Amino acid sequence: MTDSKVFMTPPDERGHFGTFGGRFVPEALMPACLELETAFVEAWSDSHFTDEYRKVLHEFGGRPTPVTPLHRLSEQLGLRIFAKREDLAHTGSHKINNVIGQTLLTKRMGKTRVIAETGAGQHGVATATAAARMGLECTVYMGEIDTERQALNVFRMELLGATVVPVTSGSRTLKDAVNEAMREWVTCVQDTHYCLGSVMGPHPFPWMVREMQSIIGTEASQQLQQLGVEEPDLVVACVGGGSNAAGVFAGFANSSTRLIGIEAAGGSAVGKGSPGVLHGMRSLLLQDEFGQIEEAFSISAGLDYPGIGPEHAYLAASGRAEYFAIGDEDVINALQVLSLTEGIIPALETAHAVAWILQEAGKQIPLGSTVLLNLSGRGDKDVAQVREILRAQS
Amino acid sequence: MKSLETYLRALRASGRKALVPYFVAGVTPHWVQHVEAAVHAGADAIEIGIPFSDPMMDGVVIQEAALRALQAGTTFDSLCTDLAKLSTSVPLVAMTYFNIFHHYGLERSAGKLQSSGMSGAIVPDLPLEEADQWRSACAAHDVANIFLVAPSSPADRISSIAKATEGFCYASARMAVTGKSNNTGEGARVVSEIRAVSDVPTYIGIGISTPEQARAASSVSDGVIVGSALVQIILNGGGADDVESFVGGFRRAIDE
Repeated sequence: MTDSKVFMTPPDERGHFGTFGGRFVPEALMPACLELETAFVEAWSDSHFTDEYRKVLHEFGGRPTPVTPLHRLSEQLGLRIFAKREDLAHTGSHKINNVIGQTLLTKRMGKTRVIAETGAGQHGVATATAAARMGLECTVYMGEIDTERQALNVFRMELLGATVVPVTSGSRTLKDAVNEAMREWVTCVQDTHYCLGSVMGPHPFPWMVREMQSIIGTEASQQLQQLGVEEPDLVVACVGGGSNAAGVFAGFANSSTRLIGIEAAGGSAVGKGSPGVLHGMRSLLLQDEFGQIEEAFSISAGLDYPGIGPEHAYLAASGRAEYFAIGDEDVINALQVLSLTEGIIPALETAHAVAWILQEAGKQIPLGSTVLLNLSGRGDKDVAQVREILRAQS
Repeated sequence: MKSLETYLRALRASGRKALVPYFVAGVTPHWVQHVEAAVHAGADAIEIGIPFSDPMMDGVVIQEAALRALQAGTTFDSLCTDLAKLSTSVPLVAMTYFNIFHHYGLERSAGKLQSSGMSGAIVPDLPLEEADQWRSACAAHDVANIFLVAPSSPADRISSIAKATEGFCYASARMAVTGKSNNTGEGARVVSEIRAVSDVPTYIGIGISTPEQARAASSVSDGVIVGSALVQIILNGGGADDVESFVGGFRRAIDE
């Protein structure tokens, strides 16, 4: 990190983080993106709006989430590990932070309906939850394969009053759910907001979602100080699109803390991708030699995405954050270890970050280091899948 | 002025409404014969769809055609090789998503379009604000970069787009992806707003699937683009004769 550079500031006026980001959308969606940008900029500098956002996240979302020292795991690994407990937020993950912000903004813009894409179902459930609370209509696009492996989340969304549309095109996972949500948005942009679930898509989404998730890092930084940790040596978070990582990184971007993003090996856009344009943004993407987008493969539906948010591509290119990949085989073990040693069943997505800490303790992570793990979600949604995998192994 | 625009302005001056059919390159082994049949039936220019894995602006018909073309191994290079077999005097316009050109290299892509006889390009996910580098590449190779105007575009954007587009201005008739058949929607309003600020030829597309719709749209514009309805015929196994008869029906309706 160079001392002169300041990170995780607003992008340029057209939404670029270095050479990444931007706004690559059909003309039909440009006015909506511009309207959203104006609305967000106004709302985010309006204390009535931000007070309401924090109030709802407190009264309804369960914030602030605690920071938990992981005593037994710390002792086993020779580290000092703390977990930021986004798994304890309402709906079981950090996704609630973003959807409360965006649904409040939807109402402020005078729109009555939200649409969303979802992979694992976490963002879909969160959006359906926020929509119910705010009295908005909600339709969620979900890859057909994901509706099967996360059937309970489909039912949760329906209980919350949302309509779930299985997407049967292309890879039938998160990538195509985004395509379908974009196609739908073109037809209903007048009264509908697209509540995008990660720090991706066209400007202002990557910036706006990072801002709405930065409450994670802001809280964690203060909570660590209260625990006597001025600055952790490392912050570790899993990365699909990258919203939980962006949120926690934002609290430490301009410190000397190492920022570590952990991708799924089968969806490693930083590790195996190259610059390209998809879903409204220029970022790092998995693509073949002809520029056709490749499918990601991961045990966790939430990381099954062939790209990464553009600000992460920029943080990687600038060297401010580092990104590593973890394979499926290490994820199940990490989920079991955290369950057994700390009494926390993490989401499969989060287990990637846990696995990297287990793997690198005493190697890339010097013994004695202070580590903040962003515990982005709870594993309840994954236990049926994990049970099947463990049964097949035994 | 780019060659394409000179050609299309002369076409308009001759009193002829432009008919522009759209094909997905590589969807069948003999797709070039379909293009020839359309020209024979009276097409004035042809849109050549370069298949992309994630066609965000396209409905199910063109999605399916793109998938079939990709599964058949179609690439930007291979379809350009196929086009060398085509003997026609009407202009060819490429239509694809920006990642294809971004990945191939912008300068190299524009050069490839020119050397393959494509004098224009439509890149629906490349709005004006992000298009500077691509427009420079096109400028060096006499490729006209065609922009779209949508029913949602406000007046100031319409003005900027109409001034920046080359060849023609693509007026979307509907707020929808391709392949949603309807009446000509808001095409007439969009065209009149473009005409208020520019004399560039203006064609209506998106949502035109019948000769009657094409006649109505061409009566308020300089031409029409027909995509999904034609691609559906090819997906259904139709051959060059079917293409010729389909395009001929549109030609007669427009000329009436």
